[in-house]
Amino acid sequence: VLRELSGVILTRGPRLCNFVEWRGLKVVYKRYASLYFCMCIDPDGNELEILEIIHHYVEVLDRYFGSAYYILDEILISGELQESSKRTVVRSVAAQ
Amino acid sequence: NKEQERLRVDKELGNIRNRFKKEKGLTPYDKKKYVWKMLYIYMLGYDVDFGHMEAVSLISASKYPEKQVGYIVTSCLLNENHDFLRLAINTVRNDIIGRNETFQCLALTLVGNIGGREFAESLAPDVQKLLLSSSCRPLVRKKAALCLLRLFRKNPDVVNVDGWADRMTQLLDERDLGVLTSSMSLLVALVSNNHEAYWTCLPKCVKILERLARNQDVPQEYTYYGIPSPWLQVKTMRALQYFPTIEDPNTRRTLFEVLQWILMGTDVVKNVNKNNASHAVLFEALALVMHLDAEKEMMSQCVALLGKFIAVREPNIRYLGLENMTRMLIVADVQESIKRHQAQIITSLKDPDIRRALDLLYGMCDITNAKDIVEELLQYLNSADFTMREELSLKAAILAEKFAPDLSWYVDVILQLIEKAGDFISDDIWFRVVQFVTNNDDLQPYAAAKAKEYLEKPAVDEKMVKVCAYILGEYSHLLARRPGCSPKEIFSIIHEKLPSVSTTTIPLLLSAYAKILMHTQPPDQVLQNQIWTIFTKYESCIDAEIQQRAVEYFALSRKGAAVMDILAEMPKFPERQSSLIKKAEDAEADTAEQSALKLRAQQQPSNALVVTDQHPSNGEPPPVFVGQLSVVKAPNMNNTKDHYSTEHVLSQENGNLSQVDQQPPSADPLSDLLGPLAIEGPPGATVQYENSAVSELESGPDVVDGSAIVPVEVGTNTIQPIGNIAVRFHALCLKDSGVLYEDPYIQIGIKAEWRAHQGRLVLFLGNKNTSPLVSVQALILPPAHLKMELSLVPDTIPPRAQVQCPLEVVNLRPSRDVAVLDFSYKFGTHMVNIKLRLPAVLNKFLQPLPVSAEEFFPQWRSLSGPPSKLQEVVRGVRPMALPEMANLLHSYRIAISPGLDPNPNNLVASTTFYSEDTRAIVCLVRIETDPADRTQLRMTLASGDPTLTFELKEFIKEQLVSIPTVAQAPTPPPPAAPPTPQIPPNDPAALLADLL
Repeated sequence: VLRELSGVILTRGPRLCNFVEWRGLKVVYKRYASLYFCMCIDPDGNELEILEIIHHYVEVLDRYFGSAYYILDEILISGELQESSKRTVVRSVAAQ
Repeated sequence: NKEQERLRVDKELGNIRNRFKKEKGLTPYDKKKYVWKMLYIYMLGYDVDFGHMEAVSLISASKYPEKQVGYIVTSCLLNENHDFLRLAINTVRNDIIGRNETFQCLALTLVGNIGGREFAESLAPDVQKLLLSSSCRPLVRKKAALCLLRLFRKNPDVVNVDGWADRMTQLLDERDLGVLTSSMSLLVALVSNNHEAYWTCLPKCVKILERLARNQDVPQEYTYYGIPSPWLQVKTMRALQYFPTIEDPNTRRTLFEVLQWILMGTDVVKNVNKNNASHAVLFEALALVMHLDAEKEMMSQCVALLGKFIAVREPNIRYLGLENMTRMLIVADVQESIKRHQAQIITSLKDPDIRRALDLLYGMCDITNAKDIVEELLQYLNSADFTMREELSLKAAILAEKFAPDLSWYVDVILQLIEKAGDFISDDIWFRVVQFVTNNDDLQPYAAAKAKEYLEKPAVDEKMVKVCAYILGEYSHLLARRPGCSPKEIFSIIHEKLPSVSTTTIPLLLSAYAKILMHTQPPDQVLQNQIWTIFTKYESCIDAEIQQRAVEYFALSRKGAAVMDILAEMPKFPERQSSLIKKAEDAEADTAEQSALKLRAQQQPSNALVVTDQHPSNGEPPPVFVGQLSVVKAPNMNNTKDHYSTEHVLSQENGNLSQVDQQPPSADPLSDLLGPLAIEGPPGATVQYENSAVSELESGPDVVDGSAIVPVEVGTNTIQPIGNIAVRFHALCLKDSGVLYEDPYIQIGIKAEWRAHQGRLVLFLGNKNTSPLVSVQALILPPAHLKMELSLVPDTIPPRAQVQCPLEVVNLRPSRDVAVLDFSYKFGTHMVNIKLRLPAVLNKFLQPLPVSAEEFFPQWRSLSGPPSKLQEVVRGVRPMALPEMANLLHSYRIAISPGLDPNPNNLVASTTFYSEDTRAIVCLVRIETDPADRTQLRMTLASGDPTLTFELKEFIKEQLVSIPTVAQAPTPPPPAAPPTPQIPPNDPAALLADLL
């Protein structure tokens, strides 16, 4: 999965949109410097919403700059957004 | 470097493996250290296939650092089906019900990410308790909500327990937006599965949306670039889309106000993130507006907005604009307003992300704009990306075929297509054009002239050589009088290409030569010698096909006129479903990208390409090319018919109801009898019965509830329908659009338009799942008085897709009988079969007609008595006030004429009934009620047609006696079985009645 997708996404130019249709699903990706973040959603999901979840995640990372994994656990469970307040996320990560 | 890294990792893995294996008394610290290392190695991309046990066992450690490692590593390395996970269920449960908040969080996160069915079964009640607990902090509760969502996805039954819907409703009052966001995700899943149970959540959702959209009481930290939690807004609107309609007018109005607010209040701003977030909300609002079937004004507002989006520079927004326009096409009313943006859409073809624009153009194409669109596509073909060309040309070919304003244009388009994208074109496309040319005499000279023109060009694609050679072989003799078109010249044009073509094309050229030779009258000695030389040359060809043709054509042409019939023009092809459309459907099924395409496949094609349905008449075996052309497949409908006719034979042999035992998938004996009977004979003959089986069976002694006629769902289906099918049916009898049927997998909606005695229904088959529904079959069992034609229903409905199937209805005679849709599909291993009554009922063919006293009384008097005028005292009427009864009649399209009857307790009404036999015919109704006893009344019906009088009387009676409302579940039985209409002696239904 990873290999196939990185092939698809890395070859896309900067002027294309951030959504790729792939195997009947949609992949929303965003590039930050040399890092790509991808999330896979249903074809009828809301793409922009997902795009901003990624950005939300990155902002929290930015603010805390700790281990990415705990933070992801605070933001997403089961593929759904859990907490949209950055302060709450950072606080609960700090509490660990 | 990479190699060194690998060596280092291997060494480390070996080390860890040894440690785990040898030293039993590993200290907790060491264990923790090695499990961490395993995780890092795994994250570097190496397989770690041992040590899982150690990771799982750390979960039960009592200290936080060890427990945490256990949880994290387990949820990364193991998936939900891993056996070791089972070992952890108990520990996890203890952590969840324990008092330690941090442990609760760890446990919930693990279950939320990798919990499987077993977790669902043993943990759901505990997680529910946490979610509702007032003593838990939001931090725990929001995790519990999402954890529950995971468990619900694994096993819906563990969450859908009694009273949970009420709890859910309470949860939506939550003030903490974090908990609310998670709960909303849960709610979306719950309502998508069963919206009826959660209807009390609907007003709360609207309230939440209103609070957010208007930014009332939203803490600063929950705004995202100034927008109050866009995620929660999106989720709330998503949840609202699962409720079919909003009944309460206040809620509906509030919602529309909020939506209007969102639609109008969103501007394009500089900041990318703010822009994305606000448009995420906006697009979801658009989807909700489409779902709610809003007023036309709001719809065109949406189209205008989308039109703005497809013109912006931001690629994401443009892409979504195009995609949503394509979706919007499903709402037929907006097609005209979308067409206004055609130019902009065509510009979007030049985008690197062209797919969306192509889909949209394909979807919006119709007879009026086909010429522009197809020509644009052709032009675009020159510059298109190679990967797109095949799809592009296929779509252009289909549109050209469906909507050609005239035939010569169609030929032009296809030839251009072959010229521009020969390599990317499948054979089907040129087979199809040959089919059309063959079947349309007028077209042949034109096609031949065009073919010559193309073939004269210097470098010609091989497909072009094929199609041109074929057409010239068949029809060049029609051009013989034109300059430069003598057989000899045509021959040399074709022959020039021979050296450059491959062995698969040579046989086609040889056939063309043979035909040219045959058509040359009087025979041309020079040409004959030339061609014979070629045949002789290929007699020793290594390719068997070429060799055989060369030998045979040589022999045939030497025999002269006697056997020339064999080389005569090809007979017409029987009309078939376009293989191109079939192919497009197949291709689309793979990608789940469909709606526009399916929509297109169902739409009426242009009349220009009506192909004569004429079978070979000369009795000769079809000539040589047929083998190739038969690739075009006939629609595969026969299976179902065979199946039913077998069933029918079976029922005839048995001759009585005992057949029920042999047909296990049906609980209702009546529906069994119905099935085979209505199907009997070729489809065209079905309508010939004078009386359908339904009316006979209805009057049978064992039918208690006459209003619930026959076919509802079949008992052995394991899939339960959502909502009451009978209620839905009755609702649709009164309105023209709504949901006919729904279960967890499919939703069948209906939209109808009625004009006089004709109707056009569209069935919307919506797949609610992420996997396709297969073996979809829909069969209409029409009663004798309706002529019904259902367009082809695709065999597969792609994930999350909606397919439209138009159904044409013609009313032949007055009758109360009801058409039945026999619908089946397969989901996974479940075969689901449902029989649904279709709301093509008597009142749909009525048109209210208010009359004046001058018009009413002469007619009333002229219809003096039975059978044109019938009177009956009806008892057991559901008590209702007079205005209510007037409303009821009005809702069945019978107009009340107030003041005509001097007695205020009486109603006089009139309507026009339309059918093919009776044409428009006026019906007059008088109802006399007794204010002292509302359960009885006297009804008098009059019309020029005795059958209509009788049927309409019975129809109104049925409505007065049992009025289905949502609250009132069982309807009272009708007072007496209606008298059986006369039965023609040779009617199969009559035979059946005898047996009963």
